[in-house]
Amino acid sequence: MEDNVILTMRGICMTFPGVKALDHVDFTLRKGEIMALMGENGAGKSTLIKCLTGVNKYEAGEIHLEGIKGAIVNKDTLDAQKKGISTVYQEVNLCPNLSVAENLFIGREPMTKFHTVDRRAMNKRAEELMKSLNLPVDVRRKLEDYSIALQEMVAIARAVDMDSKVLILDEPTSSLDDQEVEKLFTMMRALKKKGVGIIFVTHFLEQVYEVCDSITVLRNGRLVGSYPVAELPRVRLVAAMLGKDFDDLAAIKTDSTEDKSKAPVYLEAKGLSHTGTIKPFDLTIHKGEVIGLTGLLGSGRSEMARVIYGADRASTGSISINGKPSKIKAPIDSMMLGMGMLPDDRKVEGIIGDLSVRENICLAIQAKAGIFKKIPMQKQIEIADKYIKLLEIKTASRETLVKQLSGGNQQKVILARWLATNCDFLILDEPTRGIDIGTKTEIQKLVIQLAKEGKSLIFISSEIEEMLRTCNRMVVLRDGAKVGEIEGRDMNQMSVMDAIAGGAEK
Amino acid sequence: MSKLKALTHRKLFLPIVSMILVMLINVIYDTATGSAPFSFFYITVKNGVLYGRLIDVLNRGSEIAILAIGMTIVVSASAGTDISVGSVMALYSAVCCVTLAGFGVTNTSTYARPLIVGILLGILVCVLCGAINGFFVAYLNIQPMVATLILWSAGRAIGLLLCNSQYVYIRVPSFRVIGGYIGFLPTPILVVAICITVMTLFLKFTALGTYVQSVGINKKAARIAGFNSARIIFLAYVICGLCAGLAGMVATSRIYSADTNNIGLNMELDAILSVALGGNSLAGGKFSLAGSLIGAYTIQAITTTMYALGVDPAQAPVFKAVVVLIIVVIQAQPVKDFFAARAARKAVKEAA
Repeated sequence: MEDNVILTMRGICMTFPGVKALDHVDFTLRKGEIMALMGENGAGKSTLIKCLTGVNKYEAGEIHLEGIKGAIVNKDTLDAQKKGISTVYQEVNLCPNLSVAENLFIGREPMTKFHTVDRRAMNKRAEELMKSLNLPVDVRRKLEDYSIALQEMVAIARAVDMDSKVLILDEPTSSLDDQEVEKLFTMMRALKKKGVGIIFVTHFLEQVYEVCDSITVLRNGRLVGSYPVAELPRVRLVAAMLGKDFDDLAAIKTDSTEDKSKAPVYLEAKGLSHTGTIKPFDLTIHKGEVIGLTGLLGSGRSEMARVIYGADRASTGSISINGKPSKIKAPIDSMMLGMGMLPDDRKVEGIIGDLSVRENICLAIQAKAGIFKKIPMQKQIEIADKYIKLLEIKTASRETLVKQLSGGNQQKVILARWLATNCDFLILDEPTRGIDIGTKTEIQKLVIQLAKEGKSLIFISSEIEEMLRTCNRMVVLRDGAKVGEIEGRDMNQMSVMDAIAGGAEK
Repeated sequence: MSKLKALTHRKLFLPIVSMILVMLINVIYDTATGSAPFSFFYITVKNGVLYGRLIDVLNRGSEIAILAIGMTIVVSASAGTDISVGSVMALYSAVCCVTLAGFGVTNTSTYARPLIVGILLGILVCVLCGAINGFFVAYLNIQPMVATLILWSAGRAIGLLLCNSQYVYIRVPSFRVIGGYIGFLPTPILVVAICITVMTLFLKFTALGTYVQSVGINKKAARIAGFNSARIIFLAYVICGLCAGLAGMVATSRIYSADTNNIGLNMELDAILSVALGGNSLAGGKFSLAGSLIGAYTIQAITTTMYALGVDPAQAPVFKAVVVLIIVVIQAQPVKDFFAARAARKAVKEAA
């Protein structure tokens, strides 16, 4: 068995400022093995891969590769490639305007004796390669003429042709449809037969069970374990990924499981969808209700919220608010209907970094008032001071630039922005990610309090415990579709994980 | 010491220093040549109108100043520049003069149509140009440089087409008022004053500033917070088009003719430079209108100084380049960091 091992990583450690990104992680890959590397965002998957390919410099640990004596150290990806470790990323990083053959041989073109590219030889070799992998591609045509899936496969073919021993596929399927995924899997199986070891990073559980031999799970930079697929049913995989080390917040257990289905309906969505991110779904939200959207990353939980809010324009379906059919084309439309959204990526979609705390807090009310009705300075100061005090935002002054605040305080500023609009319906997408435990508790308390005031909320979080504490009802999503709802008393750790994993099948 | 420090940390400190630097060149030159040291600042009345180098800077700098207002907004909102403004100025001049003289007429001493019709039509065309630029940038997501390159190339050419590639002279006294004098005051100064006042009031009493800056800093976040980012960017280009029209109006009236080949030539570069000299980031976001205006007049002061120094017009660009180089270098972040670090070292030494 030990002879079959192609790659071992032992005790890899890596620290980013303030964060232990990898903590003594071990990893083993055998010949002809397809290994799924699983874990939620921030678990350390990409960091581990980057350590392997030489992008990141790890602080401790050793990497051994079959056929090379002693520990290897890759200076960069090119170095790793020369040693036989190739990576194909989520986005195809080839040149779409060059031919398939040119892409396959970039940087290593066959030469004629006059030091020009020997096109004939290149095309011939490319054709042979494509034939051996059973890919229906005319190598003389431009890469961009082919579907993303085929482009992805050309990228893999390129990696294979460079005599790779280890092939890393970093979320190659996220932009592919079912048929294309199937083609990719066929190719992966063919490579497996040739003895290539494949590391497969994906968020889609189905795919793991379809194509992989074993699973390595990381969580918070630590190795949870490596298992043969047969020994790790879905529920246990989800449990391993999400972890059971719950935070110490049990104190705010409330009557949140109380049934709100008798309350008047606030929002009703029918057949709402956004092409490519979320399949059509129906959703009813009552007044004073907190709905949790749960599912793994990439399951469509954020996308569902975005399409309701109008951050992504709905491709199909309709929304009615308080019984009235409503048209939502852009965020401002839903804001005028009384909505607000705290997006999951606060740097990219939340804060306006170079504006002050005051300006950031007053942004949404200003947008609702319109360009010609400037909120008077005196009023802006009042509002800003009120929420700085209420949410205990730690800032030097109200005129401090918001980018100078800590993450938790930036999050509070965005919360303040929406509270200031006095909205009826608030979407909170990962409001507690990356913030300290104290602030987490405050935000959860706030959610419950807002619901008591009769406001409706959507709450999205990777931490199931947190959602169990605050939500009345949970909507479960998987692979971009709504797959079910769990209500009141049925909500517990097991039922939710079960639903996320897609039933307790083996 | 701390007061001085506070002063040097003001946003407009360096732009103002740059301007003073240019004035200093005048003072040194005047002292060296034996004229009164401060003759740059002398304002006298000659032939019933204000006269002096300072007045000349304010007067001749009007077009750049007006363009700088529009350019500031465009840079802030879209993190790009509108390089069509010079060309659009020329288009104004053609549209206005052809309207007033009549199509095919190259020299007239009577209006074919009322003056106001010519001016409004010209400005309308410029606003339209701004709208075209805005549409390309905001709704088609074309890079600002490329989008405005279209009118940079076409604007002047359409103007020449209208004028049949000839000068169109409007020899009516009332036509020359905007580029001439009202009483003893050069009218362009008045036009700029009105533009600045209107824009300042706009920024003060509407939320335009917040809208533009938010979109410029973080387009995505601004959208989620309820701003129509595309519409704001579109609006910025429309404002810039309007400013190009107003600048064209002053320039055309100054020479009471449509000199489509030369009006506004290379002026887009001066306008962009004004914004940069004013300490504004060309990457968009926060802006200072006052900074851009100081930048605009600094550029004009350099030009006027060249003339005063008797530099051959053919060589003037070289001197201008040298002065701009110095100004840009003292405002560059690495240079600022270098001096800050040196000051810090000095402070440590003194403390020891």
